[in-house]
Amino acid sequence: MISLAALSVAYAGGRRALDGVDLSIAPGERVALIGPSGAGKTTLLRVMGANLRPTGGQLQLDGLDPWALNARQLQGLRGRVGKMYQAPPIPPRQRVITAVLAGRLGQWPLWRAVASLIYPLDIDGARAALAPFDLAERLFDRCDQLSGGQLQRVALARLFYQQPQLVLADEPVSALDPTLARSVAVALNEDAKRRGATLIASLHAVELALSEFSRVIGLREGRIVFDRPAAQLGVADIEALYAGVPYASAPEAHNPDAPSARPRLTRCA
Amino acid sequence: MSPVIPRRGLTLSVLVLAAVFASVWRLDLIAAFAEGQDSLGELFGFLQRFAAPDTSPAFLSKVGQGAIETLAISLIGTLLAVLAGVALALPASGRFGRLGQIVSRFMLNLLRSVPELVWATLTVLAAGLGPFAGTLALALHTTGVLGRLYAEALENAPPAPEAALRGAGSGAVAAFLYGTLPAVAPQWVAYGLYRWEMNIRMAAILGFVGAGGLGAQLYYALSLFHEARAATLIVAMLLLSLLVDALSGWLRRRLVVA
Amino acid sequence: MSASQHDPAARGRATALVLAVCVLWPLLQIAQFEPAVLFDAGNLATLGGFLGTFLPPATDTFFLGFLASATLDTLAIATIGIALAMLIAVPLALLSTRSLSIGRLDGRLRPVSEAIRVCARGLTLVLRGVPELVWALVFVRIFGLGPAAGVAALAITYGGMLAKVYAEILESSDLSPTRALLAAGSGRLAALGYGLLPVASDELVSYTVYRWECAVRASVVMGFVGAGGLGQLMDQSMKMLNGGEACSILITFLLLVMAADALSAWLRRQVR
Repeated sequence: MISLAALSVAYAGGRRALDGVDLSIAPGERVALIGPSGAGKTTLLRVMGANLRPTGGQLQLDGLDPWALNARQLQGLRGRVGKMYQAPPIPPRQRVITAVLAGRLGQWPLWRAVASLIYPLDIDGARAALAPFDLAERLFDRCDQLSGGQLQRVALARLFYQQPQLVLADEPVSALDPTLARSVAVALNEDAKRRGATLIASLHAVELALSEFSRVIGLREGRIVFDRPAAQLGVADIEALYAGVPYASAPEAHNPDAPSARPRLTRCA
Repeated sequence: MSPVIPRRGLTLSVLVLAAVFASVWRLDLIAAFAEGQDSLGELFGFLQRFAAPDTSPAFLSKVGQGAIETLAISLIGTLLAVLAGVALALPASGRFGRLGQIVSRFMLNLLRSVPELVWATLTVLAAGLGPFAGTLALALHTTGVLGRLYAEALENAPPAPEAALRGAGSGAVAAFLYGTLPAVAPQWVAYGLYRWEMNIRMAAILGFVGAGGLGAQLYYALSLFHEARAATLIVAMLLLSLLVDALSGWLRRRLVVA
Repeated sequence: MSASQHDPAARGRATALVLAVCVLWPLLQIAQFEPAVLFDAGNLATLGGFLGTFLPPATDTFFLGFLASATLDTLAIATIGIALAMLIAVPLALLSTRSLSIGRLDGRLRPVSEAIRVCARGLTLVLRGVPELVWALVFVRIFGLGPAAGVAALAITYGGMLAKVYAEILESSDLSPTRALLAAGSGRLAALGYGLLPVASDELVSYTVYRWECAVRASVVMGFVGAGGLGQLMDQSMKMLNGGEACSILITFLLLVMAADALSAWLRRQVR
């Protein structure tokens, strides 16, 4: 499904976010990425989602090099990859149903996307995707009426509606309280298991990684420190991974809503 | 506080006062107003005739027609400007490359800098006398104003939703419609309504250069010294702009705030 | 499945759509919306001929002298217009603001001062309710063609606008020093000078300067109805279809607006 060989990503300043990563993940595996902040987890997920072009080494997704594809094929490939983020990238004024249906934009022709904005074309599908999260009743509400936890579950419903073969989740539960975090992590794993999809998630909560995922990869300073089945990991491995940094440091606060400066309205324009 | 600031304030005040006196001298205003004072009696008669608006049914129905025409000019002109403003704001926010941005920004600046009344003198040549010329003139200037505001709204919109959809394989158009449009649409509507409130006032005036509506009637009434009719027309303009303020406020509450 | 299978918003959207079509269709007719007219051969020829003469812009010395004099007139109209507008606005704003109300301190409403406030506000509304161009047209009938009409029209509309904004600024400023002075028994003017102006003066000056910039544009536009300055010159050139002159005037206008922008921005920075 995914294979990386000697893969590296260097930024303009020469800093290496990823440095010679070798990795291969088989279909249906459920992998947790752990490691201190700045270890390269997000970069690795972006590379595997064909959103960031590596500066060195080989990458194969589904046996294809995404950066050798033409734009159309690359778009098709991305459509088979589902992504989750710490802050759900959903416009606040969008309705829940529209946010869920947006999961299939990669598969829909443009006319369908436009028609669905005027009248939602797959109400049943969206309802079914929301049902496991007790949100089916909120189908026609606006997203800014939901709590943060509910919004993250709408993002999850969008992902389930997309039914991707590969799910890449970047800190999907870091902004949630522990109970909710566990339930979202469980839902992601259950869905992947049921459909035989591959799941790769970066996590700050190490105990979730150990209890819910089948394989755990430890990253630090752009290199893989360990890559083992969850059952074979000991406390010593974890302590070595986080040595010298706070154990489960809080995720960097990043604010998706930059203050939007409203242009001044005046009578003589 | 340093003593520099008051001295600078003093210099500025002296400069401003000098500018005012130079202006009075330049325009020879005292003579002009004195001449006006000679006709002070005339002025009073003029105002007196204003105080008794013409309310004959025949004239009122003509005013009503003019008011509807003015409303049509302002509404259609603003709607055209909203469409054209969106079309120019997309490249002006840098979505179609640097060249598209430079070209569309230049066009927006040009459209915005030329006042409606100047546009109207040109559109009267292009479309003949009548409301269509006024509609076009309003649309041209307003496109420049709205296009710039719309582009700013696009630049300030959070990029994450659209980027996430693109990353999940969505096409560019669909990603914009689902990711960015919900964030900017309320602002676009609000700006459009705000411009409509201004344009109803402007539409009432464009008639002065032959572009239809209440303005044309007012121009004739004042040219022919029909003060009673002019008074009626001015009251009609005021009422019309109050009506549009109310309508636009209602639409704003329904579409933007809700 | 549960009850609401349909989008509950669909009905409202359909109604709005039908309503919009029903309103817009007749309005399109009334506005004589016929884009085909634009491609009428005669109209195209007139416009094309006119725009064709835009290049080269007129640059003969005689005309440039006219242009310079008209530009100075425009600036002078705007400057005196704003100065007179301030003279109108300051008393109106002081009369209509609640910040200097003594009755408000102890919660007793005094009917007389309340009535004065309402009258001042009504006058403000009338002054700025009628567009400056209409005032200009009226004043041209009284003072004749020339700058005087423009100055009077600007003074009246901008007087109303400034009065409204001044009153708003005075009411939204920090009122605690003023309240303290009034409560200690000082008079209204003393409270204004020592309590209110020190906190509000920057904003007041800054808004006035900004309005001056608007007045420059407005005085050009008013020229179209005969109120002097650049606008009157532009109107004449356009009526005579003299493209070269129109082009020169247009360029001068754009430069003037840019210069006024820059000057007003600089002045406001000095104030801050």
